[in-house]
Amino acid sequence: MKKAFAKMLIVFAAALLIGAPQAAQASDLKGELEIFSWWAGDEGPALDALIEIYKKENPGVKVINATVTGGSGVNAQAVLKTRMLGGEPPDSFQVHAGQELIGTWVKADRMEDLTPLFKEQGWLDAFPEGLIKLIGTDKGIWSVPVNVHRSNVMWYIPANLKKWGVQAPKTWDDFLAIAPKLKAEGVVPLALAQNWTANHLWESVALASMGADNWDALWAGKLSFDSPEVVKAWELYGKVLQYTNSDASSLSWQQATDMVVDGRAAFNIMGDWAAGYMSTTKKLAPGEGYGWLASPGTEGTFMFLADSFGLPKGSPHRDNAVAWLKVLGSQEGSDAFNPLKGSISARKDSDLSKYNAYSQSAAKDWNSNRVVGSLVHGVAANDTFKNGFASIMEMFLKAKNPQAAAKACAQLAKKAGI
Amino acid sequence: MREASLDKLKAFLTLLPSMILVGVFVYGFIGNTIWTSMTDWGGSGAMALEPQKHFVGLENYIDLFTGFLGGNFRQDLVNAVYYSVMLLAGAVGLGMFIAILLDQKPKGEDLLRTIFLYPMSLSFIVSGTIWRWLLAPQGGVNVLPKYLGFEPLTFKWLSSQSAVLVFNWQDILRILVYVAAFILILVGVFKLKKDAGRAMKRWLIPGIVLGALVWVFGSILPDALFMEEEHGFNLATLGIIIATIWQYSGYTMALYLAGFNGISQDLRDAAMLDGASHAGYYRHVAIPMLKPITISAVIILSHISLKMFDLIFAMTGPDNAATGHPALNMYLTTFRGNEFSKGAAIAIVLFLIAAMFIVPYLVGQYRQQGRR
Repeated sequence: MKKAFAKMLIVFAAALLIGAPQAAQASDLKGELEIFSWWAGDEGPALDALIEIYKKENPGVKVINATVTGGSGVNAQAVLKTRMLGGEPPDSFQVHAGQELIGTWVKADRMEDLTPLFKEQGWLDAFPEGLIKLIGTDKGIWSVPVNVHRSNVMWYIPANLKKWGVQAPKTWDDFLAIAPKLKAEGVVPLALAQNWTANHLWESVALASMGADNWDALWAGKLSFDSPEVVKAWELYGKVLQYTNSDASSLSWQQATDMVVDGRAAFNIMGDWAAGYMSTTKKLAPGEGYGWLASPGTEGTFMFLADSFGLPKGSPHRDNAVAWLKVLGSQEGSDAFNPLKGSISARKDSDLSKYNAYSQSAAKDWNSNRVVGSLVHGVAANDTFKNGFASIMEMFLKAKNPQAAAKACAQLAKKAGI
Repeated sequence: MREASLDKLKAFLTLLPSMILVGVFVYGFIGNTIWTSMTDWGGSGAMALEPQKHFVGLENYIDLFTGFLGGNFRQDLVNAVYYSVMLLAGAVGLGMFIAILLDQKPKGEDLLRTIFLYPMSLSFIVSGTIWRWLLAPQGGVNVLPKYLGFEPLTFKWLSSQSAVLVFNWQDILRILVYVAAFILILVGVFKLKKDAGRAMKRWLIPGIVLGALVWVFGSILPDALFMEEEHGFNLATLGIIIATIWQYSGYTMALYLAGFNGISQDLRDAAMLDGASHAGYYRHVAIPMLKPITISAVIILSHISLKMFDLIFAMTGPDNAATGHPALNMYLTTFRGNEFSKGAAIAIVLFLIAAMFIVPYLVGQYRQQGRR
């Protein structure tokens, strides 16, 4: 009996000895960490991979994964807003990098400046300069980007194009030249889905029409929304719309992509989550099964959007939240998350061998192209503008009046403080 | 005497908590919303701990009804009117029709009643998803004729861009006066039989004069907008109206069926004995007797039509001007656009419209009670 007790003691001591160095490595943070996001379903595993890393490094912290489902955070943002107004912020919350964060939360003085963290972790060099400019103001840097998606991509099926005898257009003029031919063959030249994808198409067309410099000037308030450049963009957009499907408003973006895959439509402009959809769900090989180009007229420009996490003022477990942000910005966290999410890492030094062919090409462009912000996905403009733009788009889809749309945008911009 | 006042005190104390709760959480919040709708709470500083709010009076309302950027709200308002009218006519009419059929006591009446009532138990989001599939351009309803060897339909139930009964919002004042004149004349015609002189003086002549005045001098009335803005009955709303009628006609059916069963068999026999046909019995005896049921069905359904949200969200998505609804617009304006004051203004407009249905009913009820 005594012997057994001694044995147990020895085992216990040994366990302590082996365990001790590990315990020293892991942080001694305690308490809870509430992470607020809209990543569920397909995107859940990617978030879990990050939480896994966090738990390994901070075993003492109980992670609460507060997810509110709903595409691009429609529902989550409403819940978040009521929580923040009620004085009950989560420890860290997901938000699209850029004006969606700055125009709403930073302007309201609800966020902590993360510049010290960026300096301490050496992130100022790890992330591209253009990106840091878009997630920061002259008062600081406001979020840690976890991933980067590209918005201006045109998708097609190479075999179908060969069958119809057309080539993927490099400019919108090229597109307008081949579109009637496709239409005559009973093929929809450009597949479109519900409202937000129309906005998505608009930003690609407008970027091509006015160029990256004017695009940036527009959001900096240096180019007015009723200037001839913008009116021209609306005119071009109206022309492109003629070649889209008429049942667009009842389709989801996946259904629009399906039209391309099934050969009912020739092209589709969609963000690069479409690559994930076609590779994973439709089992097409990137490059052979499906092809892509920068959307017409925007080659050399990378229109980006990024999911990021910020640190609200009054976060109940601030230290735990800072440790969470460190995981998000690290190379390890980034490369665990992004291959699962189908996006690329915002860091310049990510391990490209972990990504598929499309992501590798996107990562190459990310490092070499001019980076501009997306409107629809919260980088370029704040919530007020974005919400108003959706109704201006509906007005335009009905009346097709470029002048009126441009004027309405100008009024909206004034109201939104651009 | 003493005991009575003690009873009164007890009753008062029992009611007090709920009076306070209702006072704060219903009327207090209504007041707060009205106050919010008259401020400029919104924009980039909306989320601050202590947001800057300034009193701006009715500016938000003026913006909604005549502002350049309020076009979507106006379309939503027009849609809401059509939703209400069609839902009321459809659900009450269909429900009554089914109830009359079931009142003939067919075989398996219990089972049929359950089947018709069942859609009510589904949530709007579920039935919305089902109907979205059924009404998809290349699915469900549209491919039905194919099974019979015909060409499939091509009607876009949920995504049609065309509208009928289009009018120009610029003329809204003129149109409203015409409507008022029309109602006056209509009431006058109905009252003509009872008291011709009074009907003429009170209703018909003012109505005709008002109509004529607008006809001749209409151009003096100011334009609501500086440009033309056309709204109408969007054909894409048909799909949503069908789904709502499907879901609620079972409910009105249950109401009417209960009412029909409550009418004594003697009355029916008496009517038949007097030579009334089936149709005559319902038209002249049963349905007039069920007027209270019709009124409560109308009130409940008009409420529902003003709160339409999840069904539209599920069937056509949040941003679809053709099928929009003020309630949806309010949610998006407030929680997506951060325009709290404007969202509050939309809420108050909806509240006033709901009151338009409820208040006359309540007044009528109180009057009846007073008479008794």
